[in-house]
Amino acid sequence: MKHLEIRGLSSAYGSVRVLRDVSLDAGKGEVVSLIGPSGSGKSTLLRVLIGLTPPTAGEVSIAGEKVNYRNRRSVKAVRDRMSIVFQQYNLFQNMTVLRNVTVAPIKIKKRPRAEAEEDAMSLLERVGMAERKDAYPDELSGGQQQRVAIARALATNPEILLLDEVTSALDPERVNEVLDTIRALTSEGITMLIVSHEMAFVREVSTRIAMMDEGRIVECGSPARIFDSPTKARTRDFVSKILKH
Amino acid sequence: MLEQIAEQIPLFFGYHNVIFILQAAGRTLGMTFAGCSVGFAFGFLIAVLRQTTGPVLFLPRLLGIAYVEIFRRIPFLVILFIVLFVIEPLMPGTSLFGIATVSVCLLSTAFLSEIIRSGLESVPMQQIEGAKVLNLNGLQTLFMVILPQSWKVILPPAAAFVVMFIKDTSLASQLGVIEMTFAGEMLVNRGFSPVLGFGVVLVCYFAMSYPLSRLAIRLEKRLEAS
Amino acid sequence: MDYTFQFSVVFRELPYLLGGALVTLQIAFVTFWCGAFIGVFGAVAKVYGGRFSRRVASSYVTFFTNTPALVQIFLLYYALPDAGILLSSMTAVLIGLTLNAGAYLTEILRAGVISVRRSEIDAATALGMSLLQIVVNVMLPHIARTIYAPLSNFFIWLVLGSSMAALFGVEELTGRAINISTANLRTIETFMVVAVIYVVLTVLASASLALVGRVAFRVRAKVF
Repeated sequence: MKHLEIRGLSSAYGSVRVLRDVSLDAGKGEVVSLIGPSGSGKSTLLRVLIGLTPPTAGEVSIAGEKVNYRNRRSVKAVRDRMSIVFQQYNLFQNMTVLRNVTVAPIKIKKRPRAEAEEDAMSLLERVGMAERKDAYPDELSGGQQQRVAIARALATNPEILLLDEVTSALDPERVNEVLDTIRALTSEGITMLIVSHEMAFVREVSTRIAMMDEGRIVECGSPARIFDSPTKARTRDFVSKILKH
Repeated sequence: MLEQIAEQIPLFFGYHNVIFILQAAGRTLGMTFAGCSVGFAFGFLIAVLRQTTGPVLFLPRLLGIAYVEIFRRIPFLVILFIVLFVIEPLMPGTSLFGIATVSVCLLSTAFLSEIIRSGLESVPMQQIEGAKVLNLNGLQTLFMVILPQSWKVILPPAAAFVVMFIKDTSLASQLGVIEMTFAGEMLVNRGFSPVLGFGVVLVCYFAMSYPLSRLAIRLEKRLEAS
Repeated sequence: MDYTFQFSVVFRELPYLLGGALVTLQIAFVTFWCGAFIGVFGAVAKVYGGRFSRRVASSYVTFFTNTPALVQIFLLYYALPDAGILLSSMTAVLIGLTLNAGAYLTEILRAGVISVRRSEIDAATALGMSLLQIVVNVMLPHIARTIYAPLSNFFIWLVLGSSMAALFGVEELTGRAINISTANLRTIETFMVVAVIYVVLTVLASASLALVGRVAFRVRAKVF
């Protein structure tokens, strides 16, 4: 049984079909990356998985349990086991770094404040943001905010972590600090789905890579296969264009 | 004319008149603040209602929109008359002050609701999605994430609106509420010069309104900077 | 308590009420344009004026925006006769509302004038435009787009605000409503009908202003 199983998933904004019959799975602790041109449906796939965009067809199951995206309880249960980090760091602007990380453990998981703060501090330690625990998001650089966002996503102990172009909005010199943080997480047994344009990074950390285009998965395989010997023309085309830079 | 005014000044500012004027000013502020506070609460409810989606609350949502759009388009004076003639037979003995305050409520609910709505809608979608994926429920999202971030958009125009209403309550004088304007009329009817009577009333309004409008401007600058 | 609504006596007077609505619109129209005339001078004085004219304009705005129009009109109507100036009720109302509108419009227009960025004027100068060309081609379109929506809202505000003319016996919409209700004693019905007329009147006004804005100034104004 796969940890995360996606079968025939489709989604549409109005009449525009943004996901068409996507099937993908990930074993426990696997790191699967999604690559492809913008508008190919990568981010939509993550949004559907976390219940922000409704699917029109298909099914998703986590550890064998089917998810019903029309049912609030079921979506809540999914978000209990799955976290997402967005491209535009969605830290709450009215809360300090520490409060951002502890709000879900305290309010949702009903954990005692002291305990939640202790755990939050060790998470912030890991992403190198512990000394800024009392800062507000607008006092931090984009890279720092994104590291806090990762800590916030981990604070609910997710089994699955979705990373949606987490470095795309950052200044170039800030990209590496965030990638380093993610790299350190890949060995911890969390199943990860990464959407990224950082090809070298994707190749290094992924166990498998899925190439998407026009809402479909074109090809899926090991990093070596996708980058060195892609079988589909569309993948070859995309990879060669990207790697030229 | 000036001599007459000069003659009347000591008499005008006699103990009883000053108390009378201060009480009237109190009624003006009372109507405004009581009415606007209740209006803020109801306006908040309507604004939140308008943020909901789904068919369950469709009818209340529609009523909320209709209420706001209609009451922003009726003159305060007309509302005063309607409230007066509806409440008087239904609840005889209601004070005129109460009737005027209810009218302020009805109107301020509509206007403040729009101000609060634009505040709530100024919070970016990403903040709300961030709350959703952490499993915060609707009310938690509203009170912990959206509202704390919308105050800076809500407060300056809300304060400006209250300032405007201090002046608009002058119309309640026509109902017979002894607020600032009616107090002026009464003093003029007792034989004081209109320049003196209404002049003092203008000064009193200015004294109530100006500090608040300064505060609104200061608030806007402070909150804009942060 | 039993109360049977009886609207027929009010509907009979509908033409009379609609005539009042016309007077309401006329008052709003006259005070708007006269107020705008004052507002242009006020705004220019506040932005480009010397120390003295800035002071005068500011004091004018501060005074009129912080005191009720009703009391200002009272003063005009009851106090000026002492000085030998007798105003008709309509004139007193028009002067009072115009002075009020002038103060608010000064602020609205000022916001429009300061919205023109220095860089745009510089760019126009660099293109070799004359002062007149700059004003007509660069400044006015920009100002128009900035102030159009607040101006429309203010016009609606004047339509509603002009109802206070009724208190001085002017027979506009509210004044005629008072006349009818004292005759037929159907006050609630009369004022409900009048409220509906105000709603329809302002919706029509907002809609046509939005349409004009869209066509003439490419402003996307909302009716609601």
